[in-house]
Amino acid sequence: MPGAILELRDVRTHFPVTAGFVRRRRVGTVKAVDGVTLTLARGEVLGLVGESGCGKSTLARTILQLIPATGGTVVLNGRNLSGLSTRELKAGRRDLQMIFQDPYASLNPRLTVFDALAEPLLVHKVCPPAEVGARVASLLRIVGLAPRFIRKYPHEFSGGQRQRIAIARALALEPKLIIADEPVSALDVSIQAQILNLLSRLRREMNLSLMFIAHDLSVVKHISDRIAVMYLGRIVELGGALDVIDRPQHPYTRALVSAIPTPDPAVERHRQRIVLPGDPPSPLNPPAGCSFHTRCPHAREQCRAAVPPLVPFAGREVACIRLGEF
Amino acid sequence: MPLLDVKDLRTCFHTRDGVFRAVDGVSFSLERGETLGIVGESGSGKSVTCYSILGLIPQPPGRIEGGTAFFDGVDLLQCSPRQARSIRGKRISMIFQDPMTSLNPYLRVSDQLIEPLLIHERISRREALRRGLETLELVGIHDASKRIHDYPHEFSGGMRQRVMIAMALITKPELLIADEPTTALDVTVQAQILELIKAMQAELGMAVIFITHDLGVVSGLCDRVLVMYAGRIVESAGTRELFHGPRHPYTLGLQRSIPSLQPKGAELYTIPGLPPDPSAAIRGCAFAPRCEFAGEPCLLLDPALAEVAPGHLQSCIRVQAGEI
Repeated sequence: MPGAILELRDVRTHFPVTAGFVRRRRVGTVKAVDGVTLTLARGEVLGLVGESGCGKSTLARTILQLIPATGGTVVLNGRNLSGLSTRELKAGRRDLQMIFQDPYASLNPRLTVFDALAEPLLVHKVCPPAEVGARVASLLRIVGLAPRFIRKYPHEFSGGQRQRIAIARALALEPKLIIADEPVSALDVSIQAQILNLLSRLRREMNLSLMFIAHDLSVVKHISDRIAVMYLGRIVELGGALDVIDRPQHPYTRALVSAIPTPDPAVERHRQRIVLPGDPPSPLNPPAGCSFHTRCPHAREQCRAAVPPLVPFAGREVACIRLGEF
Repeated sequence: MPLLDVKDLRTCFHTRDGVFRAVDGVSFSLERGETLGIVGESGSGKSVTCYSILGLIPQPPGRIEGGTAFFDGVDLLQCSPRQARSIRGKRISMIFQDPMTSLNPYLRVSDQLIEPLLIHERISRREALRRGLETLELVGIHDASKRIHDYPHEFSGGMRQRVMIAMALITKPELLIADEPTTALDVTVQAQILELIKAMQAELGMAVIFITHDLGVVSGLCDRVLVMYAGRIVESAGTRELFHGPRHPYTLGLQRSIPSLQPKGAELYTIPGLPPDPSAAIRGCAFAPRCEFAGEPCLLLDPALAEVAPGHLQSCIRVQAGEI
């Protein structure tokens, strides 16, 4: 796709499960990511949603090559990242940065703000050492922190401020794509709004592409252009944010959307909630065929037969063989 | 007479860095069968309020400096430890946020589940197990008879929270305090647990205090809501009034910063600044430094809750004066 910043083709990440202490043997495979195909356009925000254990974070780490992919290709800016040497990968990572969920854990408590932000600049030789101080100060200003904080340590900041530092660190190398893994779920509502506004502004001003991973659908809907819904390592629905959230087609997306409590008692008292029975199945032993059939209210015998492919339907792509029947 | 009547509760923590006023003059009451939501951001004192009532604040460093909490005529803050134990776990139960850390990993679920029964009721182990099994089935655990002797790690997060709920309900309490019971869970599982709590409440007729930071959860579940900020209640109203006509500037700000209530992609309203440092003495209204409506008197006068509409209390002095 021309103008695509990121192309994933049939990406698979499987983990071996071993047992035994003296003689380790392989007893199974966890298919954390199992055939994901996606493209992300320049300047686009793609939301990735799903329950815990569905593989969204593993997918993010696979894109960054923090976990090697078992199969498929990750193409960033026209360049295949899988199979690059460590040195080539280091150069490739300049274009690709990550923001993690917990700003308390993702900043080194022994490094000052200056050290944390200067490190990527020095490692990648972005600017002469003499200019690093000025660059760090300007990064802090971009994320809305005063440059006088430069000598402080992470523990002196609140959660929202720490997340701003983490964002500044991700921006230091002027990446083309940022993957944000649950960047606001550890924050309070009023702080969450500040970080969402900041990410929207950065995206507008710097033409950043953003992959936004979250389990809070209302946040994802707010910030994303398109949304991908994952279930047990596969994408089950992919389309425009308003289409997917306001008019969901896949039974799983419908259940997910109906499960979000809305802060409006009038709506809340009268709505029908689709409560899914049980928990997501274990990815170690996923059900045959459509992996959602064990919890799906519309499942039929034929749903167990084969993994449904993503097909175009109602302006988006959906993986369900019974579309239009319910 | 209300089931629970809390008046002017004050709890603070004495640390090396000074005195933290976690709860600073909180009063509320709760009728039998009522559901009360307490919302606020982290550090607003919502959990400490409930922990104080139950006597779960470690003292020191904590200290309950004043106030009363009458539960069915007994002041929980003044009664003997023996009397408190006879109420806590029997007539008042609590569910905590994280089901993994609140279940003992070394004990089988059956042992933990029937512990309250063995303590509070003169009952044989066999009879207690039967009741335990019954309660597990009630909270929707399939194959309860097979699973009752499993260890907590053999259950998923949602199932563990069901076990916690079963444990809290096994003595058929009159009041259930749920402290962020769904925050650690996925939305689909959250929906299951909220439905379960509603169903259990209908079945047992108990009152529920629901502590959360999620206004969405409150709106579908609670009859009345308290909004807390910096250790004080700033607004208290019926759920519908609160969501449709919030009066306190803080509640208004919170509501305007929720993405799902705003048009997609619109700039979200943000409350400027940060919550106050709890160790610093607060003069006037604690929210004034972040409030767009604050004037000179807000920094000087101590706000007090007053009724602005029937059953709707709030503490902003400018709203009370009819200025906003």
